[in-house]
Amino acid sequence: MILPRVIPVLLVADRRQVKSRRFKPYRYVGDPINSLAIFSALGADEIVVLDIEASPLGRGPDLVQAGDLASECTVPLAYGGGIRTADDAGALIRLGVEKVVINTATAGDPDLITRTADLFGSQAVVAGLDVRRDRAGRPVVWVRSGQQRLDEHPVVRARRLEALGAGEILLTDIDRDGGMAGYDLDLVAAVAAAVTVPVIVCGGAGRHDDLRAAVVAGASAAAAGSLFVFRDDGQGVTIHYPDRPALDALFVAGGTPGEDGGRP
Amino acid sequence: MTGTGTASDTVIVDWGVGNIGSVANAVRLAGGTAEISASPERIAVARRLILPGVASFDAAVAGIDRRGLREVLGDRVIGEGVPTLGICLGMQLLFDGSDEGGGAGFGWLSGRVRRFSPSPALRLPHMGWNTLEEVRACPLLEGLPPRSRFYFVHSFHLDAADGPTVVACCDYGYRFAAVVQSGNLFGVQFHPEKSHQAGLRLIANFLSVASP
Repeated sequence: MILPRVIPVLLVADRRQVKSRRFKPYRYVGDPINSLAIFSALGADEIVVLDIEASPLGRGPDLVQAGDLASECTVPLAYGGGIRTADDAGALIRLGVEKVVINTATAGDPDLITRTADLFGSQAVVAGLDVRRDRAGRPVVWVRSGQQRLDEHPVVRARRLEALGAGEILLTDIDRDGGMAGYDLDLVAAVAAAVTVPVIVCGGAGRHDDLRAAVVAGASAAAAGSLFVFRDDGQGVTIHYPDRPALDALFVAGGTPGEDGGRP
Repeated sequence: MTGTGTASDTVIVDWGVGNIGSVANAVRLAGGTAEISASPERIAVARRLILPGVASFDAAVAGIDRRGLREVLGDRVIGEGVPTLGICLGMQLLFDGSDEGGGAGFGWLSGRVRRFSPSPALRLPHMGWNTLEEVRACPLLEGLPPRSRFYFVHSFHLDAADGPTVVACCDYGYRFAAVVQSGNLFGVQFHPEKSHQAGLRLIANFLSVASP
């Protein structure tokens, strides 16, 4: 039977891997190709790479970068950042990307999801859904790497993205991004319950047990950035991914309830 | 159709949609060499063929027909019997047709492709790592550790889980065909090019199947 997926998310800006906190400011981590090669060698379930500068700068996807990353990846790769046309998606898939993550462009051109799914199948189209809370604490959708607000509740938007043909939703919690204080499980549950496609959740994972909590709340996959990439000043970058026994303990029935296996 | 030029080892058929880059990378990592081609002349001298996935059924059919590849592929696969591996959508195209679209598959194997039956508990697409239940021996599966996992990402599957061509099944709510074989013709519903070590071993096994 299928198991929940655990997915490292790599953020890239100007071809450099970065970490973020609430989607800003950026902290330099290293060469994304190195990190991706390590995650791939460790047998990560999937890897998501997001070019967080593409949409704010108004450019399309960095195909050279995507090709370099894809050539190092023996596990499924999802790539997002600046995808504006079905041709963009096709070019990425030809290079070796299994799924494209489309976010900002869907605000002005929702049909982009449908056109891309019609050519490549909905299973190749991941719709990004970034959420920040307003002053009253209500969750609101934002695009363009957290710079442009849409007047839509995430549950409503998730349903719309599925109806347009997205085969998966990547839900990212901007407020909890980089905080390592846990996912917002109410938000996870609400979005997961609203759709029939798989939902990947990201933003807030601080321990292995958070990954399981997200799945219990309804996510099909738990994604994390900070949890898997550590930068200790003076000691370089440490890549971490749970091994098979640790993953089985989290997700296989009868596995030991999670101890805090987060930090190496 | 007679070919021109030297025989190429493996040709990954490019019909305009598909993750040909991943497949080419994986063949390289598995120790082989592959050429990506949309040319009937190159396909006509290929000693081995891979039909890639990541496309909708009709988009692939349109690409195949726009490039006029049906005849040369039929000659090579059925006429000459070169080892041929269909991956995901590539496997589905081996059959007659799919509920996903109105286009015609190659029809080299009998059967239709249908959408997973909706189940309240299970989300679609079937997306993630799953295991195989081996029904009969097949060169593709040789040497794989027991309970090897492969990456599936699809909403459609072959309608029959039993039958002479079914080599292995997978379970997602119910059993469905995950590996098929008929002589030189192989199909896998999952993506071996992205299934880490087990997938690379399967691809290496395919590259070792003798070509005529």
